[in-house]
Amino acid sequence: MQDLPQQAFKEEAYELLSELEDSLLELEEQPDDMDMVGKVFRAMHTIKGSGAMFGFSAIAEFTHEVETVFDLVRNGEISVTKQLVDLSLQARDHILSLLNEEEISIVSGQTLMAQFKALAEANSTPPTPDPPPASPTTTAENILAPSTLKTYRITFKPNHDILHNGTTISNLLEELMQLGTCRLVAHNAQIPPLDQLESEDCYVSWDAILTSDCGEDAIHDVFIFVEDECEINIAVIDTGSESDEEQNIKRLGDILIERGEISQADIDEVLAKSKRIGEMLVDANLISQNQVEAALVEQQEVRKIQEKRQQSRQAKTPPASSLRVPAERLDELVNLVGEMVTVQSRLSQTAALSGDAELQSIAEEVERLTEELRDNTLNIRMLPIGSTFSKFKRLVRDIASDLDKEVDFQTVGAETELDKTVIEQLNDPLVHIIRNSMDHGIEMPADREAAGKPRQGTVYLSAEHSGDSVVIEIRDDGKGLNAEVLREKAISKGIISGEDTLSDNEIYQLIFAAGFSTAEKVSGLSGRGVGMDVVKRAIDGLRGTIELDSNLGVGTTVRLRIPLTLAIIESLLVNIGGNSFVLPLTAVEECIELTKADIQEAHGRCLVNVRGHLVPYVPLRNTFNIPGEIPAIQQIVITQVSGQQLGFVVDNVIGEHQTVIKSLGPLYRDVRTVSGGTILGDGSIALIIDLIQLMQQAALTES
Amino acid sequence: MSQDQVKTNQYLTFLLNGEVFGIATNRVLEVLDYTAITPVPQTSDFMLGVINLRGSIVPVVNLHIKFGLPSSPRTVNSCIIIISILIDNEPTNVGVMADSVREVLDLDPEQIEAAPRMGTKLNSNFIRGMGKHGENFIILLNIDTIFSQQELSTDDEEGAN
Repeated sequence: MQDLPQQAFKEEAYELLSELEDSLLELEEQPDDMDMVGKVFRAMHTIKGSGAMFGFSAIAEFTHEVETVFDLVRNGEISVTKQLVDLSLQARDHILSLLNEEEISIVSGQTLMAQFKALAEANSTPPTPDPPPASPTTTAENILAPSTLKTYRITFKPNHDILHNGTTISNLLEELMQLGTCRLVAHNAQIPPLDQLESEDCYVSWDAILTSDCGEDAIHDVFIFVEDECEINIAVIDTGSESDEEQNIKRLGDILIERGEISQADIDEVLAKSKRIGEMLVDANLISQNQVEAALVEQQEVRKIQEKRQQSRQAKTPPASSLRVPAERLDELVNLVGEMVTVQSRLSQTAALSGDAELQSIAEEVERLTEELRDNTLNIRMLPIGSTFSKFKRLVRDIASDLDKEVDFQTVGAETELDKTVIEQLNDPLVHIIRNSMDHGIEMPADREAAGKPRQGTVYLSAEHSGDSVVIEIRDDGKGLNAEVLREKAISKGIISGEDTLSDNEIYQLIFAAGFSTAEKVSGLSGRGVGMDVVKRAIDGLRGTIELDSNLGVGTTVRLRIPLTLAIIESLLVNIGGNSFVLPLTAVEECIELTKADIQEAHGRCLVNVRGHLVPYVPLRNTFNIPGEIPAIQQIVITQVSGQQLGFVVDNVIGEHQTVIKSLGPLYRDVRTVSGGTILGDGSIALIIDLIQLMQQAALTES
Repeated sequence: MSQDQVKTNQYLTFLLNGEVFGIATNRVLEVLDYTAITPVPQTSDFMLGVINLRGSIVPVVNLHIKFGLPSSPRTVNSCIIIISILIDNEPTNVGVMADSVREVLDLDPEQIEAAPRMGTKLNSNFIRGMGKHGENFIILLNIDTIFSQQELSTDDEEGAN
């Protein structure tokens, strides 16, 4: 086992690397996005720094070179090119494999490092001048790291004769303004009446409030040639450190209020009567209006800077703080809640039987709390599906360049939340589907143009909530499925016979059959015929459904419908010959009675008339081979499975049940019609029926 | 398999149809009284069903059927031995129905003979050896092979037919 800090570093690094990938891909689309460059740089920098700290020196060393290049990019000395992004993505993969301690050739790392070094050196010669100083119009927003910023008050009082030797004051002031954010206030109180005015003398003085990271010396340098001809005063009025705000000395009024000796209203009233201190001083002829204005400007500037710093500090710590918890602990929690739900239903059952009103009200309270606890716990495991989406972005990019196709990848609904385990299990099927879309669906650029479509194909991935499930759609604007070709293929593979008449939709479903592949050439990506049936199985495993829609020449849509969670479902509890079964409630539409007379009238056909519709049904007692007497009146649970109505005959319907799904274990993994078990309130076990499998089995036995 | 070869020479013995069988004790978790078993439809007869073992679902198997022995009536001594087996290198718990449990025996390696190739009427893969205890022989079972995937899937086919 590894040390904890190292583990923490790895976890952090994995996160940073996936972020890095996103940023790089975004950067490829918008090479001028300096925010993204900054993000990439910071990610590299963090990986390097903490890598070195925790003894991953290979990573630190390698990342250093990449970081250097991005530092240059950040300074505008290198522009972002596709080549750079390619190289950086390779570097990112390299870091990942270093992190996984995979066996990798040192050579590949060194080549990459050399390439980065070359990039960095190519741009450091000829030595470029220092980054151009911020222009005078620079506002505080694009000034660098705020922590190094200081605010100065510069009082510049030129001697009257400063202009005599040709000094241009405007140049000086301009130079000062280039150092950072600067506000100037001119004092003209010294200007004498016209008859005493010497036209070549300077009577004006200036106060400048400058916010910059340049340091006091730089300010002195501006005035270095006129130092003898003026009075220069430089004072730091804000050091940029955040402690300033905390050290504020309380005002007298605040202290009095705190002590409870006076109320805020009283103070406000008194203050309203009094004049501002500036006005009072002017009135007293101690200072001029001009001086007050200069001081006010100073006050405003300092206030503005402090506000800005506060904002940026808030941005640094996002308001919703999050906690990193190992996934196993959450799984454990969900298991415990599952047990809790089981015990609670037992309590409710006992309470109902006891007839004790007090006990029943407690049981009800427990039921309500358990329900909330369950919902909250399951919510904790919910993650936005977006993390998977961004992985696909990379996949699409790589496949597109492998296939020489031009593909744009668009995603919608990245914030849609799904159970963590579901997201993990969705990954492989989605990869298969996207690969298929790109390999079989999207045509070569030239073919697309010939067909009057844009050169660039589009693969569109979306996710949205729909009831208690999530619908994921993968759409492409490629050539679509050709029902005729599929049909011939299926016949030649012996999946269907030549006489079978199938609707287009049924033919589309054939691509999910095992051993079916239509690609003329087996490529590295698809065409081995193991794609779509794997998808189908994986989606079935998630108790989801898969639908296919296609328009020849226009494109194909694959629609997955996945239940939100795998742990607990609402279900209908039924009984057959003393055995309990549960059916997922979402599929259930209604329950109707089936009498012996009904069966006789149907002449052995398993069809029932539901308000004028004939609905087929499956006698579960026969299918499951359960011995015993068939009751005079049975119940048919009418369900909607894969868009079709189907009834299941049971002895009696007990009611709704909160089902905590438990696996039957590896010994029963070949059992298809039962997807798991659940423990009922009385400690007995009910089996969870897999309606889709049961329906397929029923269809199979009939044909 | 290597697990029990290295460590134990203790065996829990039990009766199936009057014959004495043994399982290495380091694989035995507990012995339960017979409880109601929920059958799982569309599985082989050898798989009796599942039970609720303190909140988790555990499958129970019937070795009578697996070994081709005539089934014996259920008595007060009938019990379920919960053992831990490896399936695809994943430990999993399984219950084994027994007519009764007898005792825990110490058997030194010298007391164990290799399984005879024939004559036991059992698949010799299932037998780890024959333990000699006084005048009697005990059939020591190799439980992992009984539950190996191959065994299960052939059984499933039989069950489906």
